[in-house]
Amino acid sequence: MEEFLQQLINGLSLGAIYALIALGYTMIYGVLRFINFAHGDVFMIGTYIGFYVLNTAFVQSLGPGAETAVIVFLAAMVGCGLLGVIIEFLAYRPLRNRPKLTVLITAIGVSFFLEYTGQLPFVFGADPRTFPTVVEKTTVLQAGGLVIDSYQIIIFVVAIALMLGLRLLIMKTRIGTALRASSMNLKAASLMGINTNAVISFTFFVGSALAGAGAILYAMSYPKINPLMGILPGLKAFIAAVLGGIGNILGAAVGGFIIGAAETMTAGYISPTLRDAIVFAILIIILIVKPSGLFGRGGTEKV
Amino acid sequence: MSKKNRSYIYLLVGLVAVVGLSFPLEASVNSYDMRIIINIGISMILAASLNLINGFTGQFSLGHAGFMAIGAYTASALTTLVFGSAEGVTQELLFLVVLLAGGITAAIAGLLIGIPSLRLKGDYLAIVTLGFGEIIRVILQNIEPLGGSLGISGIPRYTTFIWTFGILAVLIFISENLMRSTYGRGFLATRDDEIAAESVGVNTTKYKVIAFVIGAFFAGVAGGLYGHYNSLIRPLDFGFLKSVEIVVMVILGGMGSTWGVLLAAALLTYLPEALRKIDLFGVSLSDFRMTIYSLALILLMIFRPQGLLGNFNPKEFAGRFKKNGQSKKSKPAVS
Repeated sequence: MEEFLQQLINGLSLGAIYALIALGYTMIYGVLRFINFAHGDVFMIGTYIGFYVLNTAFVQSLGPGAETAVIVFLAAMVGCGLLGVIIEFLAYRPLRNRPKLTVLITAIGVSFFLEYTGQLPFVFGADPRTFPTVVEKTTVLQAGGLVIDSYQIIIFVVAIALMLGLRLLIMKTRIGTALRASSMNLKAASLMGINTNAVISFTFFVGSALAGAGAILYAMSYPKINPLMGILPGLKAFIAAVLGGIGNILGAAVGGFIIGAAETMTAGYISPTLRDAIVFAILIIILIVKPSGLFGRGGTEKV
Repeated sequence: MSKKNRSYIYLLVGLVAVVGLSFPLEASVNSYDMRIIINIGISMILAASLNLINGFTGQFSLGHAGFMAIGAYTASALTTLVFGSAEGVTQELLFLVVLLAGGITAAIAGLLIGIPSLRLKGDYLAIVTLGFGEIIRVILQNIEPLGGSLGISGIPRYTTFIWTFGILAVLIFISENLMRSTYGRGFLATRDDEIAAESVGVNTTKYKVIAFVIGAFFAGVAGGLYGHYNSLIRPLDFGFLKSVEIVVMVILGGMGSTWGVLLAAALLTYLPEALRKIDLFGVSLSDFRMTIYSLALILLMIFRPQGLLGNFNPKEFAGRFKKNGQSKKSKPAVS
């Protein structure tokens, strides 16, 4: 029982990170109806932004603590957000009315561009780097064999706070209303006088910024970073988004937690080598049984 | 002479050319260049087989390396573990049997992955096939009799120029003939407009599965050739990267254009070798390979989404040099 609880806590804190990344996938899908394959690599860039910010003399003089954490999070979120906007502007905007497959291939191209340019020796280099400490890791609660550390609390609190913030942003603000309108029907929204290009840029900014926050949380708990590290978390977050029903924001959050829990449970009870396979198996099952996901609405096809 | 007979003659000419070329090549080319040539041949088989699924039938598959892995492992395991001690069988017959076995196993996997593809389109299918490729890799890493993550080593080197390009000739023959048959029309109809095709009674499901099975079969055979040339196969050789490499060949060449895809496969296999010799900022240019690939992919999608030779029709091209300005009247090729 204790072990189960421990695995569940580990799984939920991993899942919170997946959920943050999944939100970006699902928001972008909601507006543009395409999978931004490069999202996982934006996440990777986020860890490197954190890495370089943490290694600046100023931040190092602050030492690990709350101030450092705020600076790193802001830097990674703004940096990733801008990167997302730039990617959309340069690679996806010229393809706005092209077939979906064309955009999908472009997204794969962008993804590979970030991964392999990052591996060049004068960019990030292919060797893994160690992510510096952001805040000290302490044990918050120890009951029997159950251990909860400060990182798990931070991950959970930051992720939930960001999700609530996103909900407020989408439900209560003008641009949020415009975003919801655009995701219902992009063309109609533009006919109603909404500047859809601005909305799309905004969506990319917010989605990528969430990935940036997820990146710092991820790098805190798994401090080995390399240019290919975004692939698997990116795919798993995407699967989380599909599991929850892609395009649905609540679904992405719930899907993230489920995928995180499933992964740590498999690693703990069956075999650590199968932790990636189980996630893909979940994907294949959900796509065969209920392709619209847990919370998604099925659409009909029109000619 | 009927068109059908003519295509058999083309195949015969192709096979004779392969055999005829092999003797001067084996005699004059050093082993390093021969390795490149055989790798080009294997890439061509992979790209042309993916072209059936991706180019002709429009099903975006990111798991082609998975089929290749199944073929490579089946063929190599049969050679090293089962037939290793077989006597009285000629090497050629044995190789043919293991290659076919690898191809058939991969085709069965293609049938299995074809079933979910019935329900999924575009992005989702890409992700499922990607997941399938990854699952194959993880499973292979966990099967100890097949060497786990170390893979199978010491596979005898049966693959030769004649085998590789002979199989390529057969594949081109099959895919070109297929495209002129009812099946080929079914593939194209499925790709061009699935809903319209269905509404006029085309069984799109059937054509998708057939495309997957044939494509997977040849990917499996290519895997067998690869294993019996490298004499070492590891699960990591068949990762996501390999799948994407094959996809890039198909897209660069122009989806659905067999000759374009073959050209792109040759180019993309040869390029890293050529770039290796050039230095830039103290870095070998071959390190830039993937950066260049990905940039080429993005730019191609923006400026020429049909690929380098997409919509290229040799007859139309020849027509441009005829007198009466035929090219203006000629209709665009089937796209």
